[in-house]
Amino acid sequence: MIPVTPLIKPIHLHIPDGFLSLPIAVLFWILSILFILLAVRRTQREFGERQVPLMGVMAAFIFAAQMINFPVAGGTSGHLLGGVLAAVILGPWAGMLVMTSVVAVQALLFQDGGLLVMGANIFNMGILTALIGYGLHHGVAGKDRSIRLAVTGLAAWLSVIAGALATSLQVWLSGSALLQVIIPAMLGVHALIGIGEALITVAALSFILQVRPDLITPNPQSNHRRGWVAVGFLVSLVVLLLAPLASANPDGLERVAIDLGFYRQGQDPLYQIFPDYTLPGLGETPLSTIFAGVLGALFVAGITVLFTKVLRQPKKT
Amino acid sequence: MHVNLFDPYQSGKSIIHSMDPRAKLVVTILFILSNAFLPDGAWLAFLFSWGMVLFAGGLAGLGPFYPLKRSFIALPFFLAGISAIFAVPGRAIGFLDMGPWRLVATDTGILRFASIVARSWISVQMAILLTATTQFPDIVHALRHLKVPQILVSIIVFMYRYLFVLIDEAVRLLRARQARSAQSTSGTGGGSIRWRARVTGNMAGQLFLRSYERSERVYAAMLSRGYQGQLLTLNPHEWHLKDWLLSCLAILLLFLFQWIARI
Repeated sequence: MIPVTPLIKPIHLHIPDGFLSLPIAVLFWILSILFILLAVRRTQREFGERQVPLMGVMAAFIFAAQMINFPVAGGTSGHLLGGVLAAVILGPWAGMLVMTSVVAVQALLFQDGGLLVMGANIFNMGILTALIGYGLHHGVAGKDRSIRLAVTGLAAWLSVIAGALATSLQVWLSGSALLQVIIPAMLGVHALIGIGEALITVAALSFILQVRPDLITPNPQSNHRRGWVAVGFLVSLVVLLLAPLASANPDGLERVAIDLGFYRQGQDPLYQIFPDYTLPGLGETPLSTIFAGVLGALFVAGITVLFTKVLRQPKKT
Repeated sequence: MHVNLFDPYQSGKSIIHSMDPRAKLVVTILFILSNAFLPDGAWLAFLFSWGMVLFAGGLAGLGPFYPLKRSFIALPFFLAGISAIFAVPGRAIGFLDMGPWRLVATDTGILRFASIVARSWISVQMAILLTATTQFPDIVHALRHLKVPQILVSIIVFMYRYLFVLIDEAVRLLRARQARSAQSTSGTGGGSIRWRARVTGNMAGQLFLRSYERSERVYAAMLSRGYQGQLLTLNPHEWHLKDWLLSCLAILLLFLFQWIARI
């Protein structure tokens, strides 16, 4: 029998519409759009007019590869999510574009994941995975084959954890879940799913290294290497620190979120970001909150742009 | 086997089918946005909102309950939302001991959870109706008119074009594996988990190489046909009076729902 269901539901990280508050959804849309625009420009420079056919077919490949599963135990099966594999083989920017297309088609064609929350889904499954996967893999680029494979496996596992963690935090900040329930549940399940992801990613990479090593040789003239490695390690570190903190001490995290003004219990989540922020003339209306959310997002976006500027600088030297 | 079976498009000649894809996409997004703006517990407004889906489904000739039947895909995620019952402070109704924490279910928490489910469920039904009445290339073409970067749109067009080709390829790989490995009664299919994962990884790697080589062939074929970095399209998208009327009607209804929710 041909397995059909995995095609429709490979992994439960796709947030449907209705689960995220508008400010959170808008915030992650803006973050994702920034990364996507950068990725479009970078891959255009790297691949030229080959970009469209290559990225398109690779996105279809990731989608099809998510169908390939293996039985684990008790009727469950292991799947590939593919974010790390795509970033390692094709590079971080191309990986982001490929995963963006996959998430977009899953949402638009199969309703797997919502439209309003697609920014968050792209961020969790395409951008975080590319940053972790490429960063960690590149950190050991010159090393022994077995070390590279091991680190890539670790990155694959971590990318699934990162996606689950980000999803939980977004849903929690939206007031749609309780932190001490969703974190252990999501992380517990995805710690297992991540093992399947790691095993398949390592096996696939090792196979490709054996058959077509020319496709994966790290770009020797890559000058931003240190930047990518730093970002990869930074994101991984945040995930590694935040995950145990959130599951062991949710009250602490809640305290931090309240102190930062991201979360205030007892209010409609729509009005929680920048609780004191109202725009003149708009008052306490949803419109004013959206503007506040957009302003907050622009602030984060500014930091991101600065960050990428710093990343880009070594190229000029 | 032809995997085109998965394509959710249901061909038809209804007024919804012939609506401009841009109008349909914009109305769908506004509809989902409108649901996000409905406050918790605005049941009458949720009901009207759902009524709009039913009405549109009826207009499309698919039957009002067609989207409902296909809407169970988001169901697993509702599990994550159940904890909202305990997340919102309010009048305590019951509690659940979980490790070191005592979770208190509140009336406002239950209201929140039910509202999330309603919002989510109604939204996904409209999205289902969109893909059931619009061919995917048209949706993507609409994205392009809505200022999504041209390259991203082209990539998605390509992805859609090769999606079914590569799924067929993946299905062939799966069939080959099945043909070569006897299945034990335990359902594990022989070998340790590591071995099984390695076989699966090899298949993914194999699929990657086939895809990569195919993309090179595709590119060569495109070049030989005069590709210069731009994808051209022949189907014109035109706004007619009907599109204006239907879109305005839909938007008017959405404002009405917001008003109903707040009186």
